[in-house]
Amino acid sequence: MGHRELTHLKELESESIFILREVAAQFEHPALLFSGGKDSIVLAFLARKAFYPAAIPFPFVHIDTGHNFEETLLYRDKLVNRMGVKLIVGSVEKSIQQGRVGEEKGYNASRNKLQTITLLDTIEKYKFDAAIGGARRDEEKARAKERFFSHRDEFGQWDPKNQRPELWNIFNGKKQDGEHFRIFPISNWTEMDVWQYILQENIPLPSLYYTHMREVFERDEIFYAALPAMPRKPAEKVVWKKVRCRTIGDITCTGLTLSTANTLKEIISEIAGSRVTERGGRADDKRSDAAMEDRKKVGYF
Amino acid sequence: MLQQINTSAIKPILSSLLLKEEDNGPSGYLDMELLRFSTAGSVDDGKSTLIGRLLYDSKSIFEDQLQSVKDASERLGGEEVNLALLTDGLRAEREQGITIDVAYRYFATPKRKFIIADTPGHIQYTRNMVTGASTADVAIVLIDARNGIVEQTKRHSYIASLLQIPNVILAINKMDLVNFSEEVYNTIKLEYEKIAVILKLGNIIFIPISARDGDNVVDVSANTPWYKGETLLQLLETIPVHNTDSLLPARFPVQYVINPNNAAFQDYRAYAGRVSGGLFRVGDTILALPSNRLSTIKAIDEGPVELNEAFTPQSVSIRLDGNISINRGDLLVKVNEKYPKYSSIISLHVCWLNARPLSVGGKYIVRHTTNETPAIIQDIRYKVNINTLKNIADDKTIHMNDIAHITIKTQKALKYDDYSENRITGSLILIDENTFETVGAGMIVSDQEVYSYNI
Repeated sequence: MGHRELTHLKELESESIFILREVAAQFEHPALLFSGGKDSIVLAFLARKAFYPAAIPFPFVHIDTGHNFEETLLYRDKLVNRMGVKLIVGSVEKSIQQGRVGEEKGYNASRNKLQTITLLDTIEKYKFDAAIGGARRDEEKARAKERFFSHRDEFGQWDPKNQRPELWNIFNGKKQDGEHFRIFPISNWTEMDVWQYILQENIPLPSLYYTHMREVFERDEIFYAALPAMPRKPAEKVVWKKVRCRTIGDITCTGLTLSTANTLKEIISEIAGSRVTERGGRADDKRSDAAMEDRKKVGYF
Repeated sequence: MLQQINTSAIKPILSSLLLKEEDNGPSGYLDMELLRFSTAGSVDDGKSTLIGRLLYDSKSIFEDQLQSVKDASERLGGEEVNLALLTDGLRAEREQGITIDVAYRYFATPKRKFIIADTPGHIQYTRNMVTGASTADVAIVLIDARNGIVEQTKRHSYIASLLQIPNVILAINKMDLVNFSEEVYNTIKLEYEKIAVILKLGNIIFIPISARDGDNVVDVSANTPWYKGETLLQLLETIPVHNTDSLLPARFPVQYVINPNNAAFQDYRAYAGRVSGGLFRVGDTILALPSNRLSTIKAIDEGPVELNEAFTPQSVSIRLDGNISINRGDLLVKVNEKYPKYSSIISLHVCWLNARPLSVGGKYIVRHTTNETPAIIQDIRYKVNINTLKNIADDKTIHMNDIAHITIKTQKALKYDDYSENRITGSLILIDENTFETVGAGMIVSDQEVYSYNI
């Protein structure tokens, strides 16, 4: 009997499925944070595999900034319908109307930061004790030290210096009342792993990821969609370009890449040849060297 | 050297790989293997520089990352681009210039995808080293060629031995500062081989390197013509991994019961989990523990796909013949193979992770595979001084970062293997009853195998 070896994608898949099942076993009210981006889509398909043929035993939560691409919302509704999961939408628009948060002013205004409050309010309202997210450790420096099971105190805060050690594949999800966990099953995946897995599993994606003609404008060397959610400065001219999204956030923080990639293989080739990281196009990370760490501490995704 | 970096020349290595893939069909990249390795070291021995070098030379660093490191280097007043800044993530670390937690890094070559657990090497971070080493297939122990083997080397090697990391690479760094002397290299090698025997280390490989200038990291160095071995990256690409996992006695800790209760799958009932040793096949006779019931594997499912067999570390669901009751925490094993041990008195090496010390009589929650049970500390036999590797028998208080040999009594008996035989069924964690923090990492030993080090 010879020895057997898994491919790296199968081993990553196996690890993520193990973690998703551990969440279902250890927590009473988990939820999957679904953004409509490729990482949370992969997460949704992993969850389906983990519990098949039973239904995914937790709802999906979408924090909607009100500035989402229409394509994202269409894809979201189709997916939850197909998978038979419950969708809960937390609305940043409502948080603004209720006075929970104040809208940022100016041309670089984004509801990215405001999402944190809506997210924490939603977690509290539905008494979720575990929020599963698609963050990866290769995305950003502060995420390189994030745990699979990441503890949040009763205020939803992350303390990077006092994280629980995580050894072997033993995960400790024990917590006091009011505390919750963020769970990151695809922590060990890279951007390339995610794309290769989408190819291997033939996972459908929102059309935004493929090339399309769109009205865009340029700001700080990044192209953004020319849509009402993002006010333009007088000098910012609208032009038609062939673009696609490399990551999908809401309209105000999603940079568009000039691209003609129309298939998964073309996208993979493009990423393999790329010389900037995927978050290089994310306006929200450019604010300071420790921007992500600061946002994560107060409860960001 | 580094200030001459030409960013336009940097292209991820995957692009060359993908061109190849177009020629040979799409299988190339999808067939890569995964290797997890750990590095331990302190600021001075060039560990962060080595990792930065691996990422940089394997073209895994993107322009915007390099630019932000260049900017940061300038801000901090350095003239050269400091590759170490690529890996020191948290704000406190960048400000203090130290690595205080385990950070995970990723890079890939056409052969393998690598996960680096980058850990701080100082004694006060022993717990971080243990954490990072717990999942590693390879440990890289760094030595400063000018200093040779020091306490820290013994400490890192002890941890590699304690955690049973199958391969240890002794990277003798800063060879440029000893004129690439073969004699220096050989002296260190000879001395280390003695330690390796005492620590019962697995496979050991020695490489003379200069992380700062890249000698023998990715490319063969012209400065060490006397060294005939592989470069560090060549080694990482070829060293065998997991080659014995599927040959171990079969173990399947039941994680979750899948019971769909819908019209299409009314009688479906499967036990989900991750194979944690050996191999299971459809038709195998299994024994369910602790109920001691026999059954036969009817099917092995991976999502909607039925498999003929499942091996370590696959996540699958197993369907059994007959109507036997199995729950999370139970263990499936195969008949005609070595059975696990079954006891509530467990002897183990523990690495203490918490500021509140461990003492005899203390009560904790034990988590072992998918099981959980209360436990009490019965005895502290000895503490290990991991700098001298000597045992201390008369100090019964175990502080953070200490490693000790203890005995615990669990309320529910555990089904386990010795850690030396199976890293999954032989490991456990201790959880504080009140704070629920993870306070101890335990590696189960059988009493006969307890050995004393004398160096």
